[in-house]
Amino acid sequence: MSKRLVQAEFNVERDPERCIQCQVCVRQCSNQVHAYDAESDQVTCDEASCVGCQRCATLCPTNALTIKKAPPEFAPDNNWTSDVIQNIYRQAETGGVLLSAMGNDTAKVSWWDNILLNASQVTNPSIDPLREPMELTTFLGAKPNAVELNFDDQGGPSLATKLAPQLVLSTPIMFSAMSYGAISYNAFESLARAAGQYGTFANSGEGGLHKDFWPHGPNMIVQVASGRFGVDIDYLKVAAAVEIKIGQGAKPGIGGHLPGEKVDERISQTRMIPVGSDAISPAPHHDIYSIEDLRQLIYSLKEATRYQKPISVKIAAVHNVAAIASGIVRAGADIVAIDGYKGGTGAAPTMIRNNVGIPIEFALAAVDDRLRQEGIRNQASVVACGGFRSSADVVKAIALGADAVYIGTAALVALGCHLCQKCYTGKCNWGIATQDPYLTRRLNPEIGARRLVNLLRGWSHEIKEMMGGMGINAIESLRGNREHLRGVGLSDRELSILGIKAAGE
Amino acid sequence: MKRIVAKEEYCMNCRLCEVYCLVSHSRSKDLIKAFRQERGEIVPRITVERLGPVSFAVQCRHCDEPACVEACMTGALHRDPATGEVTHDPQRCVGCWMCVMVCPTGAIRRDRNGHVAAKCDLCLETGTPACVANCPNEALVIEEDND
Amino acid sequence: MRLLHRKQFPTSKDISGCAISGMMSETGTPMSGEAIIRSIANMHDRSNGLGGGFAAYGIYPEMRDRYALHVMYDAMDDKQETERIISRWCTVYGDETIPTRPSALVRHRPILHRYFVNIKPEVMERFCDETEDDAIVDLVMTINADVQGGFVFSSGKNMGVFKGVGFPEDIGEFYRLDEYQAYIWTSHGRFPTNTTGWWGGAHPFSLLDWSVVHNGEISSYGINKRYLDNFGYKCTLHTDTEVIAYLFDLLVRKHRLPFEAACMAMAPPFWPQLERLPEVRRELARTLRIVYGGALLNGPFSVLVGHAGGMVGFNDRTKLRPMVGARKGDMVYMASEEGAIREVCNDPEVVWHAAGGVPIMAHLKEPEKVIGPEATARLKAHSCRLPAGAWQEAPRAGRAAASVQ
Repeated sequence: MSKRLVQAEFNVERDPERCIQCQVCVRQCSNQVHAYDAESDQVTCDEASCVGCQRCATLCPTNALTIKKAPPEFAPDNNWTSDVIQNIYRQAETGGVLLSAMGNDTAKVSWWDNILLNASQVTNPSIDPLREPMELTTFLGAKPNAVELNFDDQGGPSLATKLAPQLVLSTPIMFSAMSYGAISYNAFESLARAAGQYGTFANSGEGGLHKDFWPHGPNMIVQVASGRFGVDIDYLKVAAAVEIKIGQGAKPGIGGHLPGEKVDERISQTRMIPVGSDAISPAPHHDIYSIEDLRQLIYSLKEATRYQKPISVKIAAVHNVAAIASGIVRAGADIVAIDGYKGGTGAAPTMIRNNVGIPIEFALAAVDDRLRQEGIRNQASVVACGGFRSSADVVKAIALGADAVYIGTAALVALGCHLCQKCYTGKCNWGIATQDPYLTRRLNPEIGARRLVNLLRGWSHEIKEMMGGMGINAIESLRGNREHLRGVGLSDRELSILGIKAAGE
Repeated sequence: MKRIVAKEEYCMNCRLCEVYCLVSHSRSKDLIKAFRQERGEIVPRITVERLGPVSFAVQCRHCDEPACVEACMTGALHRDPATGEVTHDPQRCVGCWMCVMVCPTGAIRRDRNGHVAAKCDLCLETGTPACVANCPNEALVIEEDND
Repeated sequence: MRLLHRKQFPTSKDISGCAISGMMSETGTPMSGEAIIRSIANMHDRSNGLGGGFAAYGIYPEMRDRYALHVMYDAMDDKQETERIISRWCTVYGDETIPTRPSALVRHRPILHRYFVNIKPEVMERFCDETEDDAIVDLVMTINADVQGGFVFSSGKNMGVFKGVGFPEDIGEFYRLDEYQAYIWTSHGRFPTNTTGWWGGAHPFSLLDWSVVHNGEISSYGINKRYLDNFGYKCTLHTDTEVIAYLFDLLVRKHRLPFEAACMAMAPPFWPQLERLPEVRRELARTLRIVYGGALLNGPFSVLVGHAGGMVGFNDRTKLRPMVGARKGDMVYMASEEGAIREVCNDPEVVWHAAGGVPIMAHLKEPEKVIGPEATARLKAHSCRLPAGAWQEAPRAGRAAASVQ
């Protein structure tokens, strides 16, 4: 076997003064970086396989470990960086496609950071959400353009308008689609429980809904994706809403692949496929080759759910996203979810993840504008997703025009994810993106749900503070209210697409 | 009485409970000193048992009819009928290891330093068992036993 | 020197503090403008001389079925250009210079002219199911957007807006309002914080027979504007007030919501309040809130809306700006300050502070007698009221609404 050229990406520094040879690191590293040598009573390490997940450093009781990013120092070159060179080494050794996980990590700019929020001074009192009402309740679903009343009744007017089914959220934040299979049973349970406890929704992803999770159905949006895993009438019935997954921001135009090793008994039941078989989601739905095909599926699902559940359609933000979204709304979707190019994934070809799609900031602005121009903005709610890192990002997205956002990566980080981006190896040391029974037990769903609820509470409170500063006490008045946004460091073209003024204007 | 309950579905075999138990019963109460200077003399009174992916921590169960108390010839082991706790008095212990022989869960160990037995004392000194306080995954919890 | 009357649309949202006052005779008894001038003058310190204005209903009884267009011009060229457009669209039944009383206190006046018109039948053929009102809206928007120095600031039937740069009492004198007889008067004194005083930028803001005077800042302006855009309303003036007028037009005239329901859509109860409503109203309030989220007016405001059939006053739902109501006989008064009411009404029978989000409504008791059958039919077609008692069980309709009934 020839010598491998790929070098270690991380340095493991062990302070011998602090190491007590307790071997917690040895037992916790699924990549076998640490080992105990009984003869010398020393813990040793092999850095080559370290992924930088920080599990050992976090659990080390004496803080003896420091994991440092230490890419090999090749001759300085701005084009041929060590990442580029190492990737070529990898491909030269394997002939394979480079894989990555989580969201695009190469984007230098987050446009959210170039957008600033407004606050009231003098002419308009700011509001203190601790002392005054501040409303985040959000309704997702189709709304009519007008409310019609009946006046026949002597006792007063009654509603002639019957609302389409709505999802009611206590805060405009939901957990994005992460399937059982991509994430562990315990991670899935944490998300479902947190959604229920906080009054919002978790998305099942495309891997079905295990019967154990059916009680969480009222807080679940279930996906129907190109693989149709786990889809039957019960699946549709237990959920609060159904989402047709067309694409994903991390890998627009690409399907999915859950390796057979991960398909154990429980996942096999959930996905309705044999144990050990690969779960392949084709790139397109093979019954949707056009917008009119999509309309058929939307209405099939509406019929199946007796028109009692909103139907969502999720697409990746691609170049002509506004026109596509308009078509989706006209095809009858109640919710359109747009996933930007920084959206996460359990596994995607690196080149696709880093180069395909457009940022959610522009996609969202374009979609909201387009739907308003066509007078159909009321017909569907718009959910933005793809790389929301903080409550400020959420506020900016809502002011740009989103009804709500999906958070995926942020939710996983709350569960302990350290963004090592190695989900696809199935060796997640944090028990999140793995099915290995030795690893999955590391995530106690009781702790997980608690941490997620805390995150939602913290973000919601921050959203209320920011709204209060603007003198707004209902989320409806923030939604699409671009007057409260100003751009810094953006070109005129960027400002005009975002539909916002420059700071100082 | 209060009992330490192990949730085997969330025990991840890190064995930090053992580390903190040992420190809790050390002279220095300092992680590094306890391991550097006292290891070998003192032992953790909790042990993580593992088979394949499944593991859980075992310590004295404070049995209702403790075999160790029956077997103890000096009365060093004693069950407090009021609280249900099984306590060990090292002053009386002569190190005959009968208790070690009869304990059904293997929860009593030999503390080589004092040549006496050592077992879980629920960290009476601090109030909260160190293993429970330091379990990173809440796989060890204190539960009130109403029996 | 800069001409203050030159048409200048601000590039950013207009915010201003203000005084508002309105009075109405529910029996339709005409009143001269003398009282309303005294009332608004009482609140002199609430304005800063950069804008004042009035709306008066019932002032053109002979021309009551014609749309009265009040137009301001920078120059005679603009007048000719505008008149070309008007004559293409409309049959003109009369036109004249708006009479004024020159005053040292009112400077830089534009050319002020009014026209009494109807849309020509052949022009109506260009429309589909729209009414003559919609055509007038189109005409007003066309002139205001296309003519460099022409601005239509009033376009209703049997009503008119009179406004300009100056203190409101001086503007009232300037327009000789003591010579007009109206059954509804509303007025406004302006305290702008960020716009140059432009005659067209003063309140009331008016479209068709809607007139709005407004004190406050709408922090939801950005979305209200885009929401209206959805329905074809172009907000070019960058004033909060414009948005309120269009929302009333949309909700009441086009969507046929009763005033109470329209106000509830614009200032809905908080969710916990809403949950406590009786079931029928709860479902209605909930649906209105869900459907009209984009029409919710947020931020501090008190507003008086005039229309041919009456006057509506309402506040933001947390009541961050003042609004006092009073009644004596058939007269209903609404103003920013109680003093402005007592200035013109010695011993009101009842005086109350409007509750947040709860409209105060005043209506013509017998509209046919006052505004004639055609206008009454139009009023009925464009606006409806809830049957008496329909909202009475409502806790939030409460005291204020009951006092006016």
